Amino acid sequence: MKNSMPRAFITRRLVFLMLCLLASGAVHADSNLDTIDNQWWVWPLALLIVSFLIGVVGVLGGVGGGVLFVPIVSGFFPFHLDFVRGAGLLIALAGALAASPKLLKTSLADIRLVMPMAFIASISSIFGAIIGLAMPANIVQICLGIAILLIVYLMYKSKESEFPRVPSSDYLSNSLKIYGIYHDPAIKKDVSWRIHRTVPGLFLFVGIGFLAGLFGLGAGWANVPVLNLVLGAPLKLSVASSKFLLSIVDTSAVWVYINQGAVLAIIAVPSVIGVMLGSLIGVRLLAIIQSKYIRIIIIVLLFFAGLRALLKGLGIWN
Amino acid sequence: MEIREEQLVYAKWLEHGMRVGFLLLVFSFLNYIFGIFSEPHINLEHFSRYWSLSAEEFNKVTNSPTGWNWILYAGKSDYMNFFGILILSLITVVCYLRIIPIFLKKSDYLYLAIAVLEVFILILAASGILNSGH
Repeated sequence: MKNSMPRAFITRRLVFLMLCLLASGAVHADSNLDTIDNQWWVWPLALLIVSFLIGVVGVLGGVGGGVLFVPIVSGFFPFHLDFVRGAGLLIALAGALAASPKLLKTSLADIRLVMPMAFIASISSIFGAIIGLAMPANIVQICLGIAILLIVYLMYKSKESEFPRVPSSDYLSNSLKIYGIYHDPAIKKDVSWRIHRTVPGLFLFVGIGFLAGLFGLGAGWANVPVLNLVLGAPLKLSVASSKFLLSIVDTSAVWVYINQGAVLAIIAVPSVIGVMLGSLIGVRLLAIIQSKYIRIIIIVLLFFAGLRALLKGLGIWN
Repeated sequence: MEIREEQLVYAKWLEHGMRVGFLLLVFSFLNYIFGIFSEPHINLEHFSRYWSLSAEEFNKVTNSPTGWNWILYAGKSDYMNFFGILILSLITVVCYLRIIPIFLKKSDYLYLAIAVLEVFILILAASGILNSGH
């Protein structure tokens, strides 16, 4: 009883903050043509606050910042989609870079598992970024809306497997020596793992990299199911290795955006700082928040943002 | 349980690079917002006129550099932020370069090849050779 009071209190506060996140975007979108445009600092400040909330919510819901950031900011802020995607990739990159050293040192992420996948995905992410920047903004917005709605469906339906059964490893993963042992502190055991279906997995990473570059999304939402359900890596290893993988794949895509002048400091830097600070708070809240409800709220939030992107792209809701 | 040498070395270099890049990003942004050391290329008060333009239109209208030409504007406070971004976007290349000799020492030629090709891909992306336009 003693513990449930602060937990319920914090959950309510967080739900309130998330509603503010949506409301702030909607209010700003409505006042697009008002004098607020002359007060340049309002937008970066709003971006910092929204990015901070995205950072908190993203950690609690187990999704990267990019997948929330791009649809929400492109839907409710006045910035062009090019700059939002550039900032989205930088956010995903910064978050992945911050998390990866610890994950590698504790062997939760595995360099031999990630390197071949990252190589394939980084090539396709470059093509995704080039094509994304060459396409008309409204077409990208429509595709983004559809992609986000599909992600919502995937998040709602997907069932993860803590320790998938891998009867035997395949020839390619054996040749690449993709197997190992990691220590799981939750069960206080060393877990040995191996993978199978490496070739189909590599093909799927071609598509994942392409989408990451095209929409400026971190692709954790796709990496984890492929690593976990297709390749058969344990869930914790999949989540951690996905984060490390993003640090490589997003590096290649973000360069295309930088070179095209699609990264503006006034948009990208407050977003990166906001998400990183929010992630720090999110990690602290993780132990006391009921994450089941947060995941539901993220799905609703993404559904709303995806619908907004789709309708904006179709010219129905500008 | 033994963690592979290349994994630990990569983690160590990544950690240092990430910290330097992030700190640089925060300090350069404070300088940008408060105008401590230098003036920006585009006045902050005028920014809201341009940020709804596509990247291509924005660069044309504001006469902003693309590719590595931002180096020529490195003294301007808005482009000073790119030093932090540069470190965050190049640290992966540095980490890969650092582990290449380890693969060589171990005669692990498959991963050596993957690491070399990845460096090539990342440098190609960073070079600005690969371009697009609306």
